[in-house]
Amino acid sequence: MAGPINWFSQIGSITKFGLLSIPQRRGTVTATVFGIAGVVAVLVGVLSIAAGFKQAMTVSGAPDAAVVLRSGADSEMVSGLGRDQTRVIADSPGVAHTAQGPLTSAELFVIINLPKRSTGLDANVPLRGVEANAMQVRDNVKIVQGRMFEWGKNEVIVGSGAVQEFAGLEVGSKLKVGRYEWPVVGIFSANGGVAESEIWTDAKVLQEAYNRGDSFQSVYVKLNSPGAFQEFKDSLTSNPQLSVKVVRQSEYYAEQSQTMTRLITTLGFLIAFLMAIGALFGALNTMYSAVSTRTREIATLRALGFGRGAVVVSLMIESLLLALVGGAIGGGLAYLAFNNFHTSTMNFQSFSQVTFAFRVTPELLVRGIVWSALIGLIGGLFPAIRAARLPIAAGLREL
Amino acid sequence: MDNFKSLQVRLLTSAPACPRAMKFFHLIWCNLKRKKLRTSLTLLSILVAFILFGFLMAIKQALAGGVSMAQQDRLIVRHKVSIIQMLPESYQARMERIPGVALATHQTWFGGIYQDPKNFFMQNPVVPEEFLAMHPEIILSPEQKKAWLQTRTGAIVGRKTAERFNWKIGDRVPIQSTIWAQANGSRTWEFDIVGIYDGGKKGTDTTPLFFRYDYFDENRQVNQGKGLVGWYTIRVKDPTQAAAVAKLVDQEFENSSAETKTEPEGAFVQAWASQIGNIVLIVAVILGAVFFTILLVTGNTMAQAVRERTGELGVLKAIGFTNAQVMSLVLAESCLLTVLGGVLGLGLAFLIVPVLAKALSGLLPMFFLPTRDLLTGLGLSVVLGLVTGIFPALQAMRLRVADALRRM
Repeated sequence: MAGPINWFSQIGSITKFGLLSIPQRRGTVTATVFGIAGVVAVLVGVLSIAAGFKQAMTVSGAPDAAVVLRSGADSEMVSGLGRDQTRVIADSPGVAHTAQGPLTSAELFVIINLPKRSTGLDANVPLRGVEANAMQVRDNVKIVQGRMFEWGKNEVIVGSGAVQEFAGLEVGSKLKVGRYEWPVVGIFSANGGVAESEIWTDAKVLQEAYNRGDSFQSVYVKLNSPGAFQEFKDSLTSNPQLSVKVVRQSEYYAEQSQTMTRLITTLGFLIAFLMAIGALFGALNTMYSAVSTRTREIATLRALGFGRGAVVVSLMIESLLLALVGGAIGGGLAYLAFNNFHTSTMNFQSFSQVTFAFRVTPELLVRGIVWSALIGLIGGLFPAIRAARLPIAAGLREL
Repeated sequence: MDNFKSLQVRLLTSAPACPRAMKFFHLIWCNLKRKKLRTSLTLLSILVAFILFGFLMAIKQALAGGVSMAQQDRLIVRHKVSIIQMLPESYQARMERIPGVALATHQTWFGGIYQDPKNFFMQNPVVPEEFLAMHPEIILSPEQKKAWLQTRTGAIVGRKTAERFNWKIGDRVPIQSTIWAQANGSRTWEFDIVGIYDGGKKGTDTTPLFFRYDYFDENRQVNQGKGLVGWYTIRVKDPTQAAAVAKLVDQEFENSSAETKTEPEGAFVQAWASQIGNIVLIVAVILGAVFFTILLVTGNTMAQAVRERTGELGVLKAIGFTNAQVMSLVLAESCLLTVLGGVLGLGLAFLIVPVLAKALSGLLPMFFLPTRDLLTGLGLSVVLGLVTGIFPALQAMRLRVADALRRM
């Protein structure tokens, strides 16, 4: 039997022969390539929704920042804290300080109805009342257009995601909240984080407008270091004056993103899996027809001494290559169509909208390519085995 | 080839009593059978496409289907700024005085957790008699209704949730509210299950639990909005006057501390669904990708089939088949393939969706496949057959007998 070099050269020549015959099989080959491209595009596209949503939620929480809520509350929406409590929280050990005092921001969180630009239908847009340290307790928040609102004045600044998604929030326009009209004076960004979906104003102004007295819903805290969290948490939970829940900001948002991410990922995989099965049948079809149109040629090669293994491997390489081309096309399509596509959805925990952008990450593209390769390999295997088993004499007789 | 010849003989010699359509059916069927492997692979990919179709339609129904359940004669009244702001209980009497309003009743979001936050389902305090009158789709037996009216701590729960947690009538269930504390500071509320209701329509959501507002209002903390309710539902006397009545309601409360926004139940549900995202568009894009793929696969199969059969089609023409007949034969073949795949796929989807629905009941309570979408799918399979068959069919029709026979 021939040595390995000979074996490889056999594979090489059969593969080349197969690839050169592709123009004669344009129809079937196109159908397979685009079938697989469709699977990969849908897989990558749907998962990019989950990736974008998760990114928006997780970029928001720094490890050295914490959120304090009323115990038993699962989001700011249903939480409540009095001024006396927020003071105790600010004076707790572990909180970072500047010359002006502790780095904390006691905040209010309500929702207002604004029409979505895309549908014109009302959506729950978060409106947050913040204190002077709000920018310092969060990383990455900065004004990108206009200016910061003036403290004590009925003015708002709007997140860059909210401006894009909801109507009537440009700088210079007026936001109507009940009987109040608040001018929009600036736009802020938060590195793609969840704050970009929000509208901010002075907490005092919001307390007045909502008859909230001197109460808040949450306290955002900057810690001395990520390690100071446990000390901070212990001091609050052991304090009999307080009944609060202390979470890291990163965990708080990760927990809120769970339901939606799980839903999208589960549905995305199910859809892509079914599509992959459909495309697999298409790929099998192509490779079977490739084998049947080449019966004579394969028989001739076998008669000349080419091995069964070489036939199988080369047919699988052909199928794999077609699938990879399809996978690359599908990944490219998904990238062009979906990457950075801005939209918003409901965060069920906070009962309000989160704006985010679809993200076609390199990991998703790799996953798409792996799926296409699997379809190609399985789609090539059975036809290749059939080709290798063809009786040589019968095959030659077809001449 | 042998297959074809024997058929041809049967075709030409069969008794005149045999209906023509049946004769053609045999021919079409045998043509599909001649390349069994190719036909079954194509059939399978069509089948998968229609399972996906059914599956996506069920997702759409679950996320955006509430609109079709909405009643024409019901309006939802909420606080103008947002639904989280509450409305005074006293609005009810004022609403009922507005001309055109038949009935008004309120609900409030309780936000409760049973054992684990993952076990999400809705629980709302309601006024039992008004609530049942307003919602005829909630089917409760007269004895259970009577028990509810007599039990202050009584609650009724939908069949789905009752089965999920294995609750029986007489059970006492503790539910922890994320929002409402009782006067004694506890957030755990206990309810006695006095009734299990069924849905009057296929899409009726039977996951919520409803309990008595009087029990709720009496026990919630004083500073937590006593006398305030979440939103109102109104029944109008004449559905054609719904828009006018909605306007009157909003006018009634204009310039008060709690202004309202009133809209038809359908519009309210639609706005709610669109908050999740543009589901209809996403489903349409995915289905587009799926059917484009299947179009390629099936179209390719038919094109191959016609190409292989050029000679035989020439024979058919030579023995007197008209161009139209040849074209119909090819079209019928592709339609038979797609309709067969469609029926099998939709059938499988119809069997699978209820199984998935059980698994997803916490996440998507309204996950089911509506009959309307089954019919749409069936129609779609015919269209798919025509579209994939048309080019090969035209090719077959245009064949010139002499050219075709030369290829025999």
